[in-house]
Amino acid sequence: MKINDVILRTISRIVVFIILTFGVYLFLSGHNTPGGGFIGGLVLASAIVLLYLSTDIETVKKSLPLDFKYVAAIGVLLATSTGFGSIVFGVPFMSQTFAYFDLPIFGKTELTTVTIFEAGVALTVVGVLVTIILSISEDGG
Amino acid sequence: METLIIMLIGILVAVATYLILSRNIIRIILGTAVFSHAVHLLILTMGDLKQGNVPLLKEADAPYADALPQALILTAIVISFAVTAFILVLAYRTYQDVGTDDLDKLRGAKDE
Amino acid sequence: MNNLIVLPLIIPIIVGIILVFLRPYVKWQRVISLLTMIGIAGISLFILNRVQTDGIIRLDFAGWEPPFGILFVADSFAMLLVLTASVVTGICLIHAFSSIGDKHEKMYFYPFVLFLVAGVNGSFLTGDLFNLFVCFEVMLLASYVLITLGGTKPQLRESIKYVVINVLASWFFLVALAYLYGTVGTLNMAHISERVAESGQGPLLTTISILFLVVFSLKAGLLLFFWLPGSYSVPPTAVAALFGALLTKVGIYALFRTFTLIFYHEPLISHTVIGIMAGITLIVGCIGAIAFKDVRLIVSYNVVIAVGFIMIGLAVGTETSIAGSIYYVIHDMIAKAMLFLLAGTMIYLTGKSKIDEMSGLIRNYPVFGWMFFLVTCSLAGIPPLSGFVGKILVGQGSIESGSYILLALAFISSIVVLYSLLRIFLNTIFGETIISLEDEKPMEMGMIIPIVLLGIATISLGLGAEVISSYVTDAAHTLSNPSVYIDAVMGGNK
Repeated sequence: MKINDVILRTISRIVVFIILTFGVYLFLSGHNTPGGGFIGGLVLASAIVLLYLSTDIETVKKSLPLDFKYVAAIGVLLATSTGFGSIVFGVPFMSQTFAYFDLPIFGKTELTTVTIFEAGVALTVVGVLVTIILSISEDGG
Repeated sequence: METLIIMLIGILVAVATYLILSRNIIRIILGTAVFSHAVHLLILTMGDLKQGNVPLLKEADAPYADALPQALILTAIVISFAVTAFILVLAYRTYQDVGTDDLDKLRGAKDE
Repeated sequence: MNNLIVLPLIIPIIVGIILVFLRPYVKWQRVISLLTMIGIAGISLFILNRVQTDGIIRLDFAGWEPPFGILFVADSFAMLLVLTASVVTGICLIHAFSSIGDKHEKMYFYPFVLFLVAGVNGSFLTGDLFNLFVCFEVMLLASYVLITLGGTKPQLRESIKYVVINVLASWFFLVALAYLYGTVGTLNMAHISERVAESGQGPLLTTISILFLVVFSLKAGLLLFFWLPGSYSVPPTAVAALFGALLTKVGIYALFRTFTLIFYHEPLISHTVIGIMAGITLIVGCIGAIAFKDVRLIVSYNVVIAVGFIMIGLAVGTETSIAGSIYYVIHDMIAKAMLFLLAGTMIYLTGKSKIDEMSGLIRNYPVFGWMFFLVTCSLAGIPPLSGFVGKILVGQGSIESGSYILLALAFISSIVVLYSLLRIFLNTIFGETIISLEDEKPMEMGMIIPIVLLGIATISLGLGAEVISSYVTDAAHTLSNPSVYIDAVMGGNK
């Protein structure tokens, strides 16, 4: 079944990018301000789900050839391996650290190891959410 | 304020109980979801509904609310999200395979 | 640095994730998952020995000192259970190699077993009540997937009840946590214990303790076991064996931890309730074990009886009886895994599940038959097998404190266990064989080897009781003296 909904498709083409940007913003801001990996991941996932809704599954699969199960797995791997990293460095499990770097465009930026963990969380959320929604919708056709 | 929230929790629990006691799987799942919201509110109330700033480093100079219940609730929400999603998929599969969403007909009276 | 004690939690998770990527390569998955379990068993044995020399080890995550951060605490009780769980899982995996089937193996069977182990180990090791909830959920989510894996009709039908019951229990766990946090303002178990001891366990705290009792009883199958026989009899053999060996034990562990460390001030109320629940569990479990003819149901009810028996040790509450319970938990993990594997293999060999439809298996499969006899004796508590030491210590503890009713129930239940299993043995394994030589399915080595390994384990646990008695005594000492645990957790940085 293919929904021929011109309004939804036209608008979603623009809105998806706004949502994606907002998702990335939420993800990056989530250290000392509201936001974070989980929320950012949810917003990112909602953008992808909107893509699935406005076009159809086949089209999205062609342009976005990702197995979301693996996305989730990479996410968990990333999140747990940051915890594992602290074992390598001989500090208590899940320790975090941060430092300030001078980056070309951004100027003085705070880079934290928590961000890696949060990236893992975000990837996990995106992967799990899209997998679940796809697994329900794929055979409902 | 606490009294009000507690009453709200009571209503939510009553709704959840009613839904869970019905036979339809989807209603039961909704019941567990509503119940989880009631529990999250309960955690929040149990950590005292303080007047105060958000518990973030930037605002640390002002008095701030207890951060722990919020962390607990976030974790619990993630878990309830995962669990609810899983039961929804499971209920859907069960409905497809067994052909009913009525728990009375799902009784395992195969050989007893 | 004590990072070592987080390894039993983190290694299975990481390896499980890596196995997701190795989905098409079943052989690699098998080898890696088995090696992981052996590795964890080795690590936990090492930690167990370190606990004996250095005392209780704790790890503060990210260096947040208690009571502010979350932490892992390794004492003898936890480490004994982690060790046994790892060994039993490894052996069940060997059985799974030949029994679970290609379809399951490609549907992420091994990753989820490893996640289950991670959840179980995490629950044993954590020193924080909320963390316990999270580890419970990791374990339960993995178990939800494992119980539905395959997706046959009976599985779907039973699993939906299993899932709903457990989800409800989890939310009640959160309710109890919320009340406890509102009352004592902390979630670190040692800190809670301190605060409860300071303020005295008033009626409010006792009520909360009863809420915890209800929650953990649902998970452990103490009295509230109505979901257990159905859901433990539908999954594939190796999964059922894992469930029978591990899942209820986590609930039992939580009960022991909370009611010896935190809520030990009102034994007249809480421990009496536990005693009554254990007694009723024993009676109803015995009725169930005798009433049914389906091998899987009989075996599932035997799980229930064991839970009742172990909880008697807690209800009585002397150091001897707790030591007996610890022995019995370890024994029961091994023996129940063996029993479930035997029952599943029996059904695989004959294609039937009722005991009166099978007969004479010992003619075709002599080793199998004698292994069943061995596990029957072990569960009934016949020396020198592993069940004996636990039973005698629980009995001794009950006599010390004068709980003669529980004592009587415990030992009558042993006779019923013996009867129910001998009934299976006489009906299916003795007698005229119904399988002619042509129809005889060959016994696969992969199925009999894990059973024999578990058989060796139960014998050596019985004969080697002297060896592990120092560990068990230390575990029981920690459980009956909360101050040991509290000092280790709250007593500054090591």
